[in-house]
Amino acid sequence: MDFLLQLLISGIVVGSIYALVALGFVLIYKATGVINFAQGEFLTVGAYVCLALVAQLQFPFWLAFLFTLVVAVLMGMLIERVALRPMIGEPIISIIMLTIGLSSVLKGGVMMIWGPNNRAYPQIFSQVPIHVGPVVISQIYLWSVGFAALFLLIFTLFFKFSSAGIAMRATADDQQAALSMGISVKKVFGMAWCIAALVSAVGGILVGNINGVNISLGFFGLKVFPAVILGGLDSIPGAIIGGLIIGMLEAIAAGYIDPLVGGGMKEVIPFMVLVVILMVKPYGFFGTEEIEKV
Amino acid sequence: MSLLSVNNIEVIYNDVILVLKGMSLDVPEGKIVTLLGANGAGKTTTLKAISGLLKAEDGEVTDGNITFMGQEINKRDAEDIVKSGIFQVMEGRRIFKELTVTENLIVGGHTRKDRGNIKRDIDMVFSYFPRLKERFRQVAGYMSGGEQQMLAIGRALMAKPRLMLMDEPSLGLAPLLVKEIFEIIERINKEEKTTILLVEQNANLALRIADYGYIMESGKVMMDGDTTDLLNNPDVKEFYLGLSDVGQKKSYRDVKHYKRRKRWLS
Ligand SMILES: Nc1ncnc2c1ncn2[C@@H]1O[C@H](COP(=O)(O)OP(=O)(O)O)[C@@H](O)[C@H]1O
Ligand SMILES: [Mg+2]
Repeated sequence: MDFLLQLLISGIVVGSIYALVALGFVLIYKATGVINFAQGEFLTVGAYVCLALVAQLQFPFWLAFLFTLVVAVLMGMLIERVALRPMIGEPIISIIMLTIGLSSVLKGGVMMIWGPNNRAYPQIFSQVPIHVGPVVISQIYLWSVGFAALFLLIFTLFFKFSSAGIAMRATADDQQAALSMGISVKKVFGMAWCIAALVSAVGGILVGNINGVNISLGFFGLKVFPAVILGGLDSIPGAIIGGLIIGMLEAIAAGYIDPLVGGGMKEVIPFMVLVVILMVKPYGFFGTEEIEKV
Repeated sequence: MSLLSVNNIEVIYNDVILVLKGMSLDVPEGKIVTLLGANGAGKTTTLKAISGLLKAEDGEVTDGNITFMGQEINKRDAEDIVKSGIFQVMEGRRIFKELTVTENLIVGGHTRKDRGNIKRDIDMVFSYFPRLKERFRQVAGYMSGGEQQMLAIGRALMAKPRLMLMDEPSLGLAPLLVKEIFEIIERINKEEKTTILLVEQNANLALRIADYGYIMESGKVMMDGDTTDLLNNPDVKEFYLGLSDVGQKKSYRDVKHYKRRKRWLS
């Protein structure tokens, strides 16, 4: 029982980071109709930028963290402006190819600047674990969940209550009607990419602190696919719940199944879920069935 | 001088499809002007040319111009045009289905600078449409057609426009509701001093609340006049009001015959 609890906790930690990255992915999909295959690389870039600021430029961690968010937002803005905006109205397949290309470019850029070696963050959070009843939780896990939850909360409130957030949801709902309200759809697209880059960067920094940093962090980002398919491609709450579930499933697979089969299930399970969900519930648990028309 | 004037415009979709061929109309401040015509005549295109929404559909004003309060607006973005005081209530209501009633109204006021008054104006909209007030937290997509039309008009009120463009607000509504909606359009015109350009299929009702009417066919105006004159015009009676001299209903199938006669008349 304690073992299961322990697994679930680490599942929630990782799942909350998936949730964060999935939120960005869904946001771009909802607002602009684009499937962003570069979402994982946003995470990689965030992790490396923050690490460089902390380790190479000796910034205090909190400052580096904030600075990385600014860099991420600028990157999102730039990508939308330079790469995506000229593609408005082009066939969806071209736009998907573009995001795949973008992911290679970002990965290549990171390789060029920082090289292929594994790196680790200097120790930022105390390593003294915290005991909660029978379970032991490392402090970095607590911080990580706390941060992921904080950002999820901020954006949930943003979409619910701020005028910009409501305008974004309106645009996702009916683009032409949004234009007729005087909403600048271009600005909404830009904002979607900025927010997606920002939440992914936060995710990257958190994962980087837990697992270390290397060029394959982008694979971590790939896990958003099972998460968003599970939750429904166009549902933000779905993305959050999907992320958490995938995180927990992974942890359970790692704890119970991997010892029996000699490992690997942890990596496979999310994608098995993806296939099953696509077969039995193609719109996920919270997605709109209308989605096919898009 | 008119609040809005459309001068001899030509509109082309996708660089090839010529839809408006020298369309002109004038909307004086404070009035209700109605634009009538059969399906496909180009009424919606005219409204979208004014509101700037054409550009999002690959349509373009290629000749003529549109002025609002003396300024040429046909090259501006939809966003700027809304900010300058023109608001289009689109055909088919187009409410934001996933948003609540209140959120839809907030989006209506998106371009307003005086954000402090949003709350007050939501109450103003609720006073026009008490039914929306009862449903203020409901997700708009689940409301009935009539309620959605009320919301679409309420959303326009939130923008406090000088000129409201309405595209077939009666479409698909039960007769009683249509009457209610038209009464509210009249009230908005009187109480909010909003000038209205009303596109309608329901010529009968539209001519009764409007001051002036245009009838268009194949991309241009073919008849216009004070609504009292139009209501008494035998051609209009026969083909747009659906009443011939003997008072029986006629259908649009007769429009062909009408065109033939028109040519002969001119
Ligand atoms: N986006 C578009 N692209 C091409 N043709 C269009 C488009 N919108 C409308 N049309 C054409 O323009 C003509 C006028 O349409 P419209 O303005 O919608 O007429 P109405 O509102 O009077 O029914 C029709 O023949 C229609 O097929
Ligand atoms: Mg129309």
